Amino acid sequence: MSWEVVIGLEVHVQLATRSKIFSGSATTFGAEPNTQASLIDLGMPGVLPVLNAGAVEKAIKFGLGIEAEIAPRSVFARKNYFYPDLPKGYQISQFELPIVGMGHLEITLEDGSSKRIGITRAHLEEDAGKSLHEDYHGMSGIDLNRAGTPLLEIVSEPDMRSAKEAVAYAKAIHSLIRYLDISDGDMSKGNMRCDCNVSLRPQGETEFGTRREIKNVNSFRNVEKAINAEIEWQMDELESGRAIEQATVLYDPVKDKTFAMRTKEEANDYRYFPDPDLLPLEVTEQTVDRVRASLPELPAQKIERFQAELELSDYDARVLAADRVLADYFETVVAVSGAKPKLCANWVSVELLGALNKNDLEIDASPVTAEQLGGLLKRIADNTISGKIAKQIFEELWNHGGSADQIIESQGLKQETDTSAIEAIVDEVIASSPDQVAQYQAADDKKRKKLIGYFVGQTMKASKGKANPQMVNEILAKKLG
Amino acid sequence: MHNQTLKALSEALANGQVSSEELTRHYLERIAQHDPQLNSFITVTQEQAMTQARAADQHRAAGKATPLTGIPIAHKDIFCTQGVKTSCASRMLDNFIAPYDATVVAQLAAAGVVTLGKTNMDEFAMGSSNETSFYGPVNNPWDTDYVPGGSSGGSAAAVAARLAPAATGTDTGGSIRQPASLCGITGLKPTYGRVSRWGMIAFASSLDQAGPMTQTAEDAALLLNAMAGFDHRDSTSTDIEVPDFTADLNRPLDGLRIGLPKEFFDQGLDAEVGAVVQAAIAQYEKLGATLVDIELPNTHLSIPAYYVVAPAEASSNLSRYDGVRFGYRCADPMDLEDLYKRSRGEGFGDEVKRRILIGTYALSAGYYDAYYLKAQKARRLIKNDFDAAFQQVDVIMGPTSPNAGFKLGEKAADPVSMYLSDIYTISVNMAGLPGISIPAGMSQGRPVGLQIIGNYFDEARLLNVAHRYQQETDWHAQLPAAFA
Repeated sequence: MSWEVVIGLEVHVQLATRSKIFSGSATTFGAEPNTQASLIDLGMPGVLPVLNAGAVEKAIKFGLGIEAEIAPRSVFARKNYFYPDLPKGYQISQFELPIVGMGHLEITLEDGSSKRIGITRAHLEEDAGKSLHEDYHGMSGIDLNRAGTPLLEIVSEPDMRSAKEAVAYAKAIHSLIRYLDISDGDMSKGNMRCDCNVSLRPQGETEFGTRREIKNVNSFRNVEKAINAEIEWQMDELESGRAIEQATVLYDPVKDKTFAMRTKEEANDYRYFPDPDLLPLEVTEQTVDRVRASLPELPAQKIERFQAELELSDYDARVLAADRVLADYFETVVAVSGAKPKLCANWVSVELLGALNKNDLEIDASPVTAEQLGGLLKRIADNTISGKIAKQIFEELWNHGGSADQIIESQGLKQETDTSAIEAIVDEVIASSPDQVAQYQAADDKKRKKLIGYFVGQTMKASKGKANPQMVNEILAKKLG
Repeated sequence: MHNQTLKALSEALANGQVSSEELTRHYLERIAQHDPQLNSFITVTQEQAMTQARAADQHRAAGKATPLTGIPIAHKDIFCTQGVKTSCASRMLDNFIAPYDATVVAQLAAAGVVTLGKTNMDEFAMGSSNETSFYGPVNNPWDTDYVPGGSSGGSAAAVAARLAPAATGTDTGGSIRQPASLCGITGLKPTYGRVSRWGMIAFASSLDQAGPMTQTAEDAALLLNAMAGFDHRDSTSTDIEVPDFTADLNRPLDGLRIGLPKEFFDQGLDAEVGAVVQAAIAQYEKLGATLVDIELPNTHLSIPAYYVVAPAEASSNLSRYDGVRFGYRCADPMDLEDLYKRSRGEGFGDEVKRRILIGTYALSAGYYDAYYLKAQKARRLIKNDFDAAFQQVDVIMGPTSPNAGFKLGEKAADPVSMYLSDIYTISVNMAGLPGISIPAGMSQGRPVGLQIIGNYFDEARLLNVAHRYQQETDWHAQLPAAFA
């Protein structure tokens, strides 16, 4: 039987506020355990939560970014369960009335096409603390620094049909939250985490199959691997005639397998009810308008502009607009260099991203700044250097810093554009290659185009790469007759 | 000295007749002498009180006194007091030293009051008799075989026996007014949102409200002046101007429209209590008020709805007592589940456990709509009744409690009959309105309270109405003979 995969994602994003969602404690990552836990975060008797307006504003930004309705009135609810790192015995979240309603997001698939994914809702909630199980002599330690950190939980529709689509969606969320500057989305720090709901149904069936939820997947790679492992498991089960039981599972990246944490029957009854310590959250139209006015250009708008104004291809535009920092980098390169955007796009997406990938670096940690790269491309644009020399200088910039102009100056890499100097080199090459000259002169036009490459290469080599390639070509063509 | 009102003591302090140090020592001695018969205090902060008293005297000498500077009072043990045990009368918090002051405590301290100690109460404020305390019951000073009411039974008994000139209390379903009624003192529950809940250990967050327990309405006004006000740390506190509650105390009552809800005078009301209340109302007529018969047709919903909403909130509010970070932890837990089960099983008393179970049940999947949501709808109906009534009247009057109290142990085995003793007070919490109980007479040697209910944030009028009555009568000035 052929199966259709149905995937929905719940993405938790840590909002980059200075203080926690219901207390004044700092949210800095990596502090000593329990140094960022106030009376409120500890759930002391008698304490009360006060909502952080900054977290609300960030949630509104996200809602506007996915073209969703911002609820004029939303309600915080208590999700009750016992766990040592949940100090109050309940998590303050939003349940029936979330702040962000139905919206959507475009994702780009590998074949370059795009697909719209529905987003059911997004709501504000507080994070729990962390249980530490190592180094406590058989006991567990509790670190409540993270307790009360603001989260936005983004719930998608079950609109994805493959692990690759799920990854593309997760990446689109990641891109959007960074554009909106509401979170750094750093998955390695747990600042963005994905729960993946996966079910299978026979091709053509309209009812959904029973889903299992993979909890807390913490990288794009693992989103893909975990979903594929889960698909494989469910397919085996279904094809062996066994029914899928609703369950929460975890993904083990070492074994590349999912395993069940708890089944529906063991699931908690969270006993949600409106938190009586917090009034309903009211968001006025003026607030929404004010936040809307503060929104930056979003990925979709940027892609459009890159194509319309900078004449980039759809592909280049999507690659460069995928990340706000990358897009800003690219636009700085264009501005500084004055070079053609296409040239800049190639350099950023091929040379720069290639080097970053090889060294496992993010764009914000690039050793070559946009100003440095712009300075380099400026010298290609004004014919001071060739593309080949530029690559050499790029490597120099990457390893030792400095500016392209300094390197060109100190290493004497300025392109040779003096006709007589190039002619002298060409004459030498022709003189020392009689066989090749004879071959060339005997050949027809079509073959000559191939054969001339040898002379170009020899000339460039003799000029140490500095001769202007276009002039070399012209002079050779003339001299060889 | 001790049978003087807070107002009189304030004047005595102001004109130098007495120092705070003398006053404080006097009350500490009274506590030492008489509290063994009452058990109204859980903690007496003797040394701290004397230090505070001396500081208050210095403050006064420096010309920086407020009307409350140097006045000793007691705090219900539900308010967090920095560095002092704050137990909520529970074994669960028997070892809990609060690391911070409740807003009520901090504001009163800023006004110069001296804290004598922390008063006994029903465990986590759950009870109407003060019998659920881990520290044992409190006895009623008027008859030590009787309960003082609850949950603020310690505060009520302490003020009635003049072991403190005044005390703080909290009221979730009648916990200030009912013990005030049973002990013959004045107890005000302000409008929900008038007084900050920060640092007040939560029972039912949407109902809990702190208020003063005093000899007179005038004293209550003085204390409320320092207790009330918006607090940015409590999102449910209301950002509304706080008047000087003493300013209008003497306003004449001519033309005051008093609503008498027929539901408050039904067959559940003890005849003698009813007669006392009627006599008090007659006194108001003499003062120029007019009486209006009104109906609060949904009153009968208040107890069943309350016993869904309050336990539901409590079941969640009390989840933090898990033996992990503070409070009681069972000995030698085998694993996490054992830690939870035994810490909570051993740390909480029966009534608390009963309400946690009720609340957990009411919020459970499949029952939420039938219980919690329905109770919230009932709550809306109750509020609507009052809103309609206040279109016609300025205040509503009736009994505070259906009887003049009951004996220790009498209702302990019958929770429902205990719950019914709050029939006239609970609807006021459900609507979030202010209410006051003032002494209005006696029944078989025990005090009977008159309840006056006001419109939202109309505490000044309640205090005015209560004060005018207290100018004409002396029920509030009576002191149980054993504590004279």
